[in-house]
Amino acid sequence: MIEKDGVPSLNQVKAEFPTLETLEKPKAIIECYKRIPCNPCETSCPFDAITVGEDINDRPRIDFDKCTGCGICVYNCPGLAITVSQIKGEEVHLKIPYEFTPLPEKGKRVNVMNRSGEVITQGTVTKVQAGKKQNKTALIHLSIPKEYVYEAITIEVSHGS
Amino acid sequence: MQNKEAIVIGGGPAGLTAAFELLQAGASVCLIDRNERLGGQLTKQTHMFFGSEKQYASHRGIDILEILTNALGKYGNKLEILTQTTVVGMYRDKVLACVKGDKFFKLKGEKIVFATGASEKALPFENNDLPGVYAAGAVQTLMNEYGIKPGEKVLMVGSGNIGLIVSYQLMQAGVEVVGLVEAADRIGGYLVHASKIKRLGVDILTKTSVKRAIGKESVEAAEIWDLDEQWQGIEGTERTLEVDTICVAVGLAPLTELLQQMGVKVQYVREFGGNVPVLDENYQTSVEGVYACGDLVNIEEASSAMVEGRIAGINAARSLGYDVENADFRIKALHHELKDLRGGPPGDKVRKGLKKLGVAT
Repeated sequence: MIEKDGVPSLNQVKAEFPTLETLEKPKAIIECYKRIPCNPCETSCPFDAITVGEDINDRPRIDFDKCTGCGICVYNCPGLAITVSQIKGEEVHLKIPYEFTPLPEKGKRVNVMNRSGEVITQGTVTKVQAGKKQNKTALIHLSIPKEYVYEAITIEVSHGS
Repeated sequence: MQNKEAIVIGGGPAGLTAAFELLQAGASVCLIDRNERLGGQLTKQTHMFFGSEKQYASHRGIDILEILTNALGKYGNKLEILTQTTVVGMYRDKVLACVKGDKFFKLKGEKIVFATGASEKALPFENNDLPGVYAAGAVQTLMNEYGIKPGEKVLMVGSGNIGLIVSYQLMQAGVEVVGLVEAADRIGGYLVHASKIKRLGVDILTKTSVKRAIGKESVEAAEIWDLDEQWQGIEGTERTLEVDTICVAVGLAPLTELLQQMGVKVQYVREFGGNVPVLDENYQTSVEGVYACGDLVNIEEASSAMVEGRIAGINAARSLGYDVENADFRIKALHHELKDLRGGPPGDKVRKGLKKLGVAT
């Protein structure tokens, strides 16, 4: 239970996803399960796809028709609670926020974790965005097997040797 | 003894915004901080802040510090900054006794804004005086300000935002967080922070506490146990975690001692972890010309502290006779910001505490 261990239920997770058909285009998945006073997702979105509204404690709502999956909200979210997901054939393309060094390199095989912190599969890093705009919250692009679409959330941290 | 127009005690988020508002209104400010540099807790907040754009949300605390200190920069000649200066005594006639290095001196302020913040609470358990038992803020200072790892394997105690954030920052520093225990039956801080460490493999154990630290010269292990409904440890549930560091993040207590020395009326508010000054709607204490803001008046996020500092600063400037542009409108807007920041479930405790103080929320 998320209030006790930090892990949202599968139903909670699925409720934040669009249909798998919609996911053929990249879409932001916002996992902000509790009301907190925060709205950078709304103000950072260049497409007005995310609404928190008048009361900044309200949970963000996303309009999947407007969301382009650009990933700007991913590195602007102070809670690192947003990812971008897209289904491409037999794979899921994920964009995740990452704040550890060294950054994984493009092409690297990495362990992919679920929301309980367990390694569930391996994925490939396809791109790393870590410029001035990302301001130390890198955007890591990953390619993983499609079956993990609702489970994959981050990658195992490697501090190098 | 030197006379000052306005003195701000404490250069954290609340003190910095209070000083800025006073300067912007035209007042001269003497800003006192006991640390080497200004910023208070901001100096070690490497994570992005919550809130809205008005409180610099999505900026990291350390970057907000730069924004706030840069804003003070243009008032150079009207601003006197005394760092590494500790106010050790307060007299009823607004005289401060200060110590800087081996020098002792007194200052008198026409108006004084207190922004002294809060100190971390300790937790009683066997061997809690062993080297390796730290307060979370100390760990953050070591890591984020001085680049020193406190240890290699850490048990975190407390799941408020500080415990959750420092756990994450320990991992960023390459330190293993073996687990996080929380005495309550649910996580205290923002769930996004909890999920962030859980998905990287840190187990969060609610209704669990630390029973004792084990070790000869320093911490070698921690014994934890389950708590019952009365928050008492349950015999037989003890287990040992191999750690070299126990990091305690069990709340903050406001630093009101100086205010009390000068006779300011305080009230004990459990929600704020101790005695807090009773304020009027202008953030003025029971002593005319003495204002207070930030964690000292209620334990909250830095976002709220910055807003409170502005309100106290504007009011102090007005009481000095300065004409603050759009003052009424701005104060109303700032109160509205506070209402927004406190409006959701994380603000429940703050609203409860403020109600005890008779403050409308």
